Amino acid sequence: MPLVVDSLYKRFGERAAVRDLSLTLRAGECYALLGPNGAGKTTTLRCVLGLVRASAGHIELCGHPIPEAARAARARVGVVPQIDNLDPDFTAAENLAVYGRYFGIASSALQARIPRLLAFAGLAGRGDDPIRTLSGGMKRRLTLARALVNDPDLLLLDEPTTGLDPQARHLIWERLRHLLSAGKTILLTTHFMDEAERLASRLAILDDGAMIAEGTPHELIERHIEPQVVEVFTRGGAGAADAVAWARTHAAHYAPRHETSGETVFCYVVDAAPLLAHLATQPGLRYLHRPANLEDMFMKLTGRELRD
Amino acid sequence: MSRHHLLPGRPSLRLFAVCYRNLLVWRKLAVPSLLGNLADPLIYMLGLGYGLGALLPSVAGTSYIHFLAAGTLCYSTMNGATFEALYSGFSRMHVQKTWDAIMNAPLSIDDIVIAEALWAAIKASFSGLAILLVAWALGLIGGAVALWLVPLIALVGFTFGALGLVMTVLAPNYDFFMYYFTLFITPMVLIGGVFFPLAQLPAGIQLLAQCLPLTHAVALARPLLGGSVPDDVGLHLGVLAGYAVFGLLAALVLARRRLLG
Repeated sequence: MPLVVDSLYKRFGERAAVRDLSLTLRAGECYALLGPNGAGKTTTLRCVLGLVRASAGHIELCGHPIPEAARAARARVGVVPQIDNLDPDFTAAENLAVYGRYFGIASSALQARIPRLLAFAGLAGRGDDPIRTLSGGMKRRLTLARALVNDPDLLLLDEPTTGLDPQARHLIWERLRHLLSAGKTILLTTHFMDEAERLASRLAILDDGAMIAEGTPHELIERHIEPQVVEVFTRGGAGAADAVAWARTHAAHYAPRHETSGETVFCYVVDAAPLLAHLATQPGLRYLHRPANLEDMFMKLTGRELRD
Repeated sequence: MSRHHLLPGRPSLRLFAVCYRNLLVWRKLAVPSLLGNLADPLIYMLGLGYGLGALLPSVAGTSYIHFLAAGTLCYSTMNGATFEALYSGFSRMHVQKTWDAIMNAPLSIDDIVIAEALWAAIKASFSGLAILLVAWALGLIGGAVALWLVPLIALVGFTFGALGLVMTVLAPNYDFFMYYFTLFITPMVLIGGVFFPLAQLPAGIQLLAQCLPLTHAVALARPLLGGSVPDDVGLHLGVLAGYAVFGLLAALVLARRRLLG
């Protein structure tokens, strides 16, 4: 098993950052840890890498007990951290060479590997470029290439596409799918539902340090949420009706479970047809009908309040 | 502080990859770096040594430029190590997150701290050796015994590198280092026998100076440069080594506390 986490607890003083977390990664799968800010995702990764000592529980990374054999385990793992820490004093190729030496890889082996890694990152021909001349997306891809310098069995990615534009995100996802098809195992943290839905074969929802759901994206949506969502908004301009007022009088009849957030009413239904027929008679309201997604389930399980 | 932070660590030889990383960066910036570390102390040494020296009959039984050369050698070695451990070390640890990146590879925080102290010693040795070379070119060296200055320079560099790292791993920002310079480094330079003999000072201050590492570095370097064997070699080396060990252990424990949460 690439990773086994059993009953992990991590306390910082009085605060529990991770509470009774257990998960097992299967070789070749992509497993996502989803959660709002402060849910314990990064702390979990730091425990897994042996950088933080767990308060209780058992971790086995690439067959090695953590933290006792963290050094041997990290030799088999590649990490893409949340905060960019490429070496600004070096070029793209030098970053890979210097990082490879931390794994004890011989210079000759590195020189053969670096052009392939740069090509994988879409940076062929940019090896001599200083880091400051690379875009955000290029830096992320170089960080991903750096994580592959030791040909790891398992990749740990901490919010790999946060802060990137859509083109750059899609390119990262495409590269990650390529790695999965090549047999790598990936553990990913994210707060982007679409990212988890696209990449992960299984995922866990963390909230306040504890796992509150685990399964495939489809299973989770089916298990926790109605399949259809109708979002009802107030239409601007003349003849407008107030969606919030509408929700007070009508929503419960068509959608036993509904939520009001600001000026929007979210109606969760098994069959949307009666609600849609009713809304067709309400010219003052606008609406959007769509299938339920992970985000709906996530909001249902973790609530709508901000977690800053 | 967690109990685990106090347990002995198991550093690995991979730490030399971290020294090598720093050397590669230094190579890119070597010209301004050498200029700052060499030209500045040399200007002081030559300016004060020959300028002020012309007014002085003899200092502690020798010409002032001879006297000052040994002080400058220790002083610039100390400065080289201190600046590297403090400012460059803090940039790597806190600003660039280079240490975080390294800890995701099979290296530990202990490896990094030891590597940083070694690297500070190596970089400071460039400064110290350059001064030694200039002293030799000016005919200020009294004999072959001065070759013992080479390992002494390395030890002085390591001692001040390790002490500097204690401040680095405690620092919230760069401004914090002013305390170290104002309260420790600058007074130590003035009472440590760099510019004038300790005997000039009141007894209480002499006693204080004897507790500080730079004083012992100068006490070894001055006779060696002049071609004679120093007195109390064991005591002087012991104080320097003691500060080195204390600095390194404190930096290790505090770095674990800061970075391993």
